[in-house]
Amino acid sequence: MYDVVIIGAGVSGSAVARELSRYKGRFCVLEKEEDVCCGTSKANSGIVHAGYDARPGSLMAKLNVEGNRRMEALSKELDFPFRRTGSFVVCTDEGSRQKLQELLERGQKNGVEDLQILSREEALFLEKNLADEVVAVLYAPTAGIVCPFGLTIALAENACENGVEFQFDTEVSAIKKQGEGYVIETSRGVFKTRYVVNAAGVYADIFHNMVSADKLHITPRKGEYFLLDKGAGGHVSHTIFALPGKYGKGILVTPTTHGNLLVGPTATDILEREGTNTTADGLAAIREKAGLSVKDLPLGKVITSFAGLRAHEDGHEFIIGEAADAPGFIDCAGIESPGLTSAPAIGAMVAGILKEKLNLSDNASFVAERKGILNPAKLSAEERNRLIEDNPAYGNIICRCEMISEGEIIDAVKRPLGAKSLDGVKRRTRAGMGRCQSGFCSPRTMEILHRELGIPMEELTKSGGDSRMITGGRKEAAQ
Amino acid sequence: MKQYDVVIIGAGPAGLAAAVSAFDAGIRSILILERDREAGGILNQCIHNGFGLHTFKEELTGPEYADRFVKQVEERGIECRLNTMVMDIGVECGAEAESVDAKHGVDAMEKPSCRSLKYVTAMSRTDGMYQVAARTVILAMGCRERPRGALNIPGYRPAGIYSAGTAQRLVNMEGYLPGKKVVILGSGDIGLIMARRMTLEGAKVQVVAELMPYSGGLKRNIVQCLDDYGIPLKLSHTVVDIQGKERVEGVTLAQVDEKRRPIAGTEETYECDTLLLSVGLLPENELSAGLGVELSPVTSGPIVNESLETNIEGVFACGNVLHVHDLVDFVSEEAGLAGKNAAAYITRMGKEEAAGQVQIEISPQSGVRYTVPSHIRLSQMQDTQTIRFRVGDVYKNCFIRAYLNDKQIISKKRPVMAPGEMEQLVLKKEQLLTFVEPEEKSHCLVIRVEEK
Repeated sequence: MYDVVIIGAGVSGSAVARELSRYKGRFCVLEKEEDVCCGTSKANSGIVHAGYDARPGSLMAKLNVEGNRRMEALSKELDFPFRRTGSFVVCTDEGSRQKLQELLERGQKNGVEDLQILSREEALFLEKNLADEVVAVLYAPTAGIVCPFGLTIALAENACENGVEFQFDTEVSAIKKQGEGYVIETSRGVFKTRYVVNAAGVYADIFHNMVSADKLHITPRKGEYFLLDKGAGGHVSHTIFALPGKYGKGILVTPTTHGNLLVGPTATDILEREGTNTTADGLAAIREKAGLSVKDLPLGKVITSFAGLRAHEDGHEFIIGEAADAPGFIDCAGIESPGLTSAPAIGAMVAGILKEKLNLSDNASFVAERKGILNPAKLSAEERNRLIEDNPAYGNIICRCEMISEGEIIDAVKRPLGAKSLDGVKRRTRAGMGRCQSGFCSPRTMEILHRELGIPMEELTKSGGDSRMITGGRKEAAQ
Repeated sequence: MKQYDVVIIGAGPAGLAAAVSAFDAGIRSILILERDREAGGILNQCIHNGFGLHTFKEELTGPEYADRFVKQVEERGIECRLNTMVMDIGVECGAEAESVDAKHGVDAMEKPSCRSLKYVTAMSRTDGMYQVAARTVILAMGCRERPRGALNIPGYRPAGIYSAGTAQRLVNMEGYLPGKKVVILGSGDIGLIMARRMTLEGAKVQVVAELMPYSGGLKRNIVQCLDDYGIPLKLSHTVVDIQGKERVEGVTLAQVDEKRRPIAGTEETYECDTLLLSVGLLPENELSAGLGVELSPVTSGPIVNESLETNIEGVFACGNVLHVHDLVDFVSEEAGLAGKNAAAYITRMGKEEAAGQVQIEISPQSGVRYTVPSHIRLSQMQDTQTIRFRVGDVYKNCFIRAYLNDKQIISKKRPVMAPGEMEQLVLKKEQLLTFVEPEEKSHCLVIRVEEK
C-alpha cells in the first residue's frame, strides 16, 4: 500500500513528487509514457510568467506569482536553465492603450513587482525589433524563460533520488475507492494507495470523473509553434506578447534558454487528447500573426514546428485540492498556462495538503540539491581537458549542431530516471535538437543507447511505445 | 601551439583533393582534421557506382573513389587526424598564440588581414581540446541535409522520418533497414539513390514526390533508380500530412499549384512506415560564419574570388561547403584548385603586389542563380577560369551568354538546362584582356540565360 500515488510525470506531478519527497512515506508516480515530460510539459512556450494575466484572487494568480518567485532559487538548487529576461506586452493601436493600463493594475493586484508602461521609444531602447506599429508596452521585468524539459526532469530526478518511485509505460485504466484508500488499475498491474494525486494533464478530468460526481471538463487546446535556429535567437531578448485584441489572442515571440527563438502558439480546441499534430492552418496562422508585434522575423530559419496541448478547464482555473465527494483524491487539474511557472508553487501546495492529511514526518535524508548533466562548454579549456583526460567520451562530439559529447549522452542515460530513447536523450542533452534535427547524430546516439542499455537496435525507439527507429537488419546483415 | 602552412577542415573528397594538390605544389606542412572515424566523407556511404568518370575515366563506387584520394594522401605522408571535431576557427588567439606570431615575425599591426594566422580549435577523445595555428585554412566541411522541420510539413512527429542521407548511412554503413514501406519526398540525388537502395533491400518504395515541376536530381539517376524499378515520380506534389503518433503510419500527398500551394481535393494517402526526405542540401558553414566569412544568401556558401579564397585572406573554400555539387569529380577538381591556390598564397606571402588590381565582378542574371567564383582578380587569374553556376528553372534550347562590360564574349547553346544539374563556362584570360581597359579597375561580367 502506497501512501500517495501521483498520476502523471509532467511538471505538476514531478513538482508534487519532489516536494512530497521532503517527507517520509511510500510515494509513487505512474506515467503512461516511457519518460517524464512527455505531454503538455514538453511542448509549451517555456515562459515564466510575471503574473498579470490571471484574475486577481484566483488560485491561478496566486500560484503564478508564487511560482515565479520560487523559480530562481529552485533553478540553482536543481540546476536547470532559467533566465529572468523580462517580458513585453505590446500594444499596436492607440485605442488599446487602456488595456495595457488594465493589465498593469491587474498585475499589481496580483502582487507582480516592477511593472511599468513604456513608451515606444523607451521600449525600442530595450528591444530594437519591435514592430513599427507598436505604440506602447507593458514591461514586466520579473518574467523569465525556463527550459521546460530541464525543469521537469530536474524535479523528477530529485524526487527519485529522495525515494519516490516512478513507474513508466503504466497507463491508468480505472480508479476505485476501496476502504480508506484507492485501487488503481493500470496496464502494468494494480496499485493500492491511501491518497491519489491527479496530475494527468489533458486526462485529469477522466480520472477525476471516475471517483467524483462533481464532474470536471477539460478541453485539449492545441498550440502550434515554430522553433527557429540559434542564428535567429538574438532577434528579441525579452518575451514579446501581443495584447489580446482584434486578432484574438496573439502569438508570442521569445528567446529560449538555449538561444533559439520560439514563435507561437495558436489556440485551437480539439477533441483528440493525443492530437499533437501540427496543421497547415495552424502553421499558416503563426506566419500571419507573428509579425504583428515583432518585425523582420526570420521565419526562413525555422528548424522545426511542433504542437502541444493545454489542459483547459471550463472555468479557466487551477483545480487543486481534495475532491469534495472523494476523500483521499487530490486533484491537480486544469493546469494550463501559467502552469509551468506555477509548478514550484503547485508542488508545495499539494505536498502541504498531503503532509497535513497523512500527518507526514520529515524525511531526514532529503537532499534538496541536484546536479544537472555536466555542460562541458561551460568549463574553461583547462578544466575541459582534465575532464576529457579522465573520461575521453567528453572529447567525442556526437551532435555537431549543439556540440554535445558522448560523455553528456552517457550521463543522460546513466543517471536516475535516465533516458531510454532518442527523444529522452534529446530532452536531457539537446543532442538532436539543433538545426539538422538529428540527421547527423541519430545513428550515433542509437549506438550509444544500444551499448549502454543493452537494448537491441531493433527495439530502440524515438519516444517509447512502437516508435521504433528501424524495422530490422539489412538483407545481407540478416543472413 | 603547433603551426601549419595549410589546415584543412574535413577529409571528405574536397579536403583530400585539396591536401594532395597543396602538397604537389610544394607545401609540406599540411594538417587535415576530420570528425569521422575514417577519411572519405559522405563517399563512404555512397556504395553505388558512377563516381570518377571524369577524374579517373572509369566508374567507381563512392568508397573506391575516396580510397584513391586517401591513398594519395597517405603516400605523401600528409597528417590527417580522425575523430577530431573542429569547434572554432578564429583570427583571434590566446597569449600563447600571440607569442607564436612574434616568433614568426608577423607584425599584426602592419598588415593584419593577410599576415595574421588563423587559429583552429579542435577536440578529440585522445588529444582533448587544443588549438593549432594555420597560415592558410581550407574549408572543406561539406554540406548537410535539410530536415523535415525546415519544410513546415504539418502532421505528427513519429519515428520513421529520415533524411535520405541518414537512411543511407543506416543501410550502407550500419547494416539496418529503416523501414519497409516507403514514401520519398524530394527528388534530390540521394533520395533517388535511396529509392533504389531500399528497393534492393526488399522495401517497397511506393512513390517519390517532388514539389517542383522538375526533378532536383540528375537525369541518369531518375532513369537508373526510379524508371528501372517502376517507382513513380510525382512532380508538383508535396506532403501535406504525416499520420502515426509513434511510428509513421501514412503520408498524404497533394498536388501543388504554380505557387507551390497544395490544391484541395488532390490529396492521396499512402500507407507506409517510413518517409524519406531528399529536399535539399545546405553547405555547412557554421565554422565559416564564426570566422567572419561572408556567405552567399543563394548558395549558403562562402563568397569567393577566382582563387576560391573567401573575404578573409588565406581562407579558401571548396566542395559542397562552397556550393552543392552533383558530381564528386567536380568537387575534386575544385578542391585541387583551392589547394594549389593556398600553396601559391603561402609562397607569395610577404611579396604582395601593389594595390589597385583589376577586378571583374560576376553578375548572375536572368535564370542564373549564382556563380562560383563571384569575382576575379585579373592578376591572379590562370589562363582559363571555370565559372560554375546553377540555373533557376528548366530551360530548353537556350543560350548561356557572358557579357563583359556589356560586350558579349561567350555564347553557348544548351539543349536542356535544369536546376538539378550544375552548369559551367570557361573564361580565357587572353580573351578577357582584350576587353579590359587596364586603367579601369572595376569591370562587370554578366552571365545570363537567353532564349534566342
